[in-house]
Amino acid sequence: MKQFQGRVITPGQVTAEAVVTTQGFNTLASFQMALQFGDKEVKCGDQNNQELHGKPLINKALCLPQTIGSTTGGLVLYCACAMEKNPACMLFANHIDSLAAAGAVLSNVWIENSAMPVIDSLGEEFLNYVKDGMTITVKENGIVEVN
Amino acid sequence: MILTQEQQAILDGAKGETMAKVMKTLVMYGDAFEAEKLVPVTSKYNHLVTSFGLKVMSPVYDLMQQLLDAGVASGQQFSVDPRPLDKNVPANFLQNLIFNKFMYTKQDFYEKQLKELGLMSDDAFTCTCYMDEMGNKPQKGDVLSWAESSAVVYANSVLGARCNRNSGIIDIMGSIVGYVPYFGLLTDEGRKATWVVKVNTSKKPEAQLLGSAIGMKVMEDVPYVVGLDKWIGTELNDAACAYLKDFGAATASNGAVGLYHIENLTPEAVELGEKLIAEGAREYIIDDAELERVQSEYPVIWKNPDAKPKLCFVGCPHLSLEQLKDWTVNVEAALAKSGKKKVVIPTVFTAAPKVLEAFNKTEFAPRLKATGIITSYICPLMYMNNPLCKTMPVITSSNKLRTYTSAKYYKDSQILDIITQGGAAQ
Repeated sequence: MKQFQGRVITPGQVTAEAVVTTQGFNTLASFQMALQFGDKEVKCGDQNNQELHGKPLINKALCLPQTIGSTTGGLVLYCACAMEKNPACMLFANHIDSLAAAGAVLSNVWIENSAMPVIDSLGEEFLNYVKDGMTITVKENGIVEVN
Repeated sequence: MILTQEQQAILDGAKGETMAKVMKTLVMYGDAFEAEKLVPVTSKYNHLVTSFGLKVMSPVYDLMQQLLDAGVASGQQFSVDPRPLDKNVPANFLQNLIFNKFMYTKQDFYEKQLKELGLMSDDAFTCTCYMDEMGNKPQKGDVLSWAESSAVVYANSVLGARCNRNSGIIDIMGSIVGYVPYFGLLTDEGRKATWVVKVNTSKKPEAQLLGSAIGMKVMEDVPYVVGLDKWIGTELNDAACAYLKDFGAATASNGAVGLYHIENLTPEAVELGEKLIAEGAREYIIDDAELERVQSEYPVIWKNPDAKPKLCFVGCPHLSLEQLKDWTVNVEAALAKSGKKKVVIPTVFTAAPKVLEAFNKTEFAPRLKATGIITSYICPLMYMNNPLCKTMPVITSSNKLRTYTSAKYYKDSQILDIITQGGAAQ
């Protein structure tokens, strides 16, 4: 087990299985088909992300460097949260980007009982260490345990 | 974050609960970037990214309705991204059924909301609102609350305005409150380049391919591009602006670039030169081989990779008036060479409604129509955003469209050959 200290963007506690991408996570490309056409597993639809393409995202601990792509990114994340089709948490190795921050904040402020902890600045070592299938526990204070 | 008395009062509910939540959203958003203050939005108009009435986006329309019901609509009028539907664009029975009965069932409802929220006009739907014909062109130094990645990167880089890569919904919230958090691309420090990109190609690089290569390399950083002025000049004329529009859209969609500087061309690069380069900036050299490598690594996800294309889209982001004229001349010449009268693959050129209006007044419009090419104000990305298109071989010269859909990317010259000569795409 290894612990990493990050910064809390939106708080919460959760334990979930990791899915990992070491490249930028394109929120629109990843979620658009799954959300629109009722994919219960919310499989990643981004053809350019071979690490995630086709893998379920719902209720997973999504480990990533940052998000990229369209500025619909934040509202797509907001919709995923409102429809309860979001990852269990989002764990950023880098400083959070403006689109993911928007999605996290919009969900936190405008969705009642929204519960998707978002932690950033976990460092490069976090992304080097964590692998698909590992168990992640996110604590209130931004500590992330990887088993 | 330190708020003024007025801002704090709004946060505390002086203008109602909904306005307080809008302010809380902006403060939390700014806190994520250690913003110390909010600064006034100074542009005349805003631009929103959400133009589509998708059933699945109901949470967005519910939120917009909360804003309307609370009477907190924006003081700024705005333009918005392109409409997702246009009867001019070829679609079969099944596609029409899915578009109209399943996907875009909220379109009329949402457009009504947009009007109530402050839409500039009934035809203010485009991703290129900064075109002269559209009238939403910020001044250098203006602070914006825009979204739409290709418009933000253009406004920052080519026009010298200041805007972060805001998400949809955040765009209208900044406009409603009249303030945005001061961080990132709003600050002098945040506008410094952390990459120096050297363009060492033997010919003018394809805008959307060069942008893609840079976007994938620098991600959200700011690149300072050296050597491109050799190919596109040192004057921001129509051709250079169109090139930068397409280049920027690719940097923003293939990566997350919100600002680039082009040596001797873009306003801040002309003004400040290498002072814009941050200490310790990394270097990326782009030559012919690198561009070939980038293009060869794009995945092709067609069921049959050798299928004959069924549709071609050109104009994501929307074409300029000059680009429409240039394409007309080029298509005519290519058809004359191939001995054909009309394009052999259904092809759609997309542009802003008012650009199309201006184009239709020129002698080029009937000439383009005679080639069989269709013009439209549609968003090609929204058209292709459905499972039916996954199995449909669509080609494009847009690297943005390639990124978000199953469309296959070709350079402009390759597109010209394919649509005028036919045969399977190579």
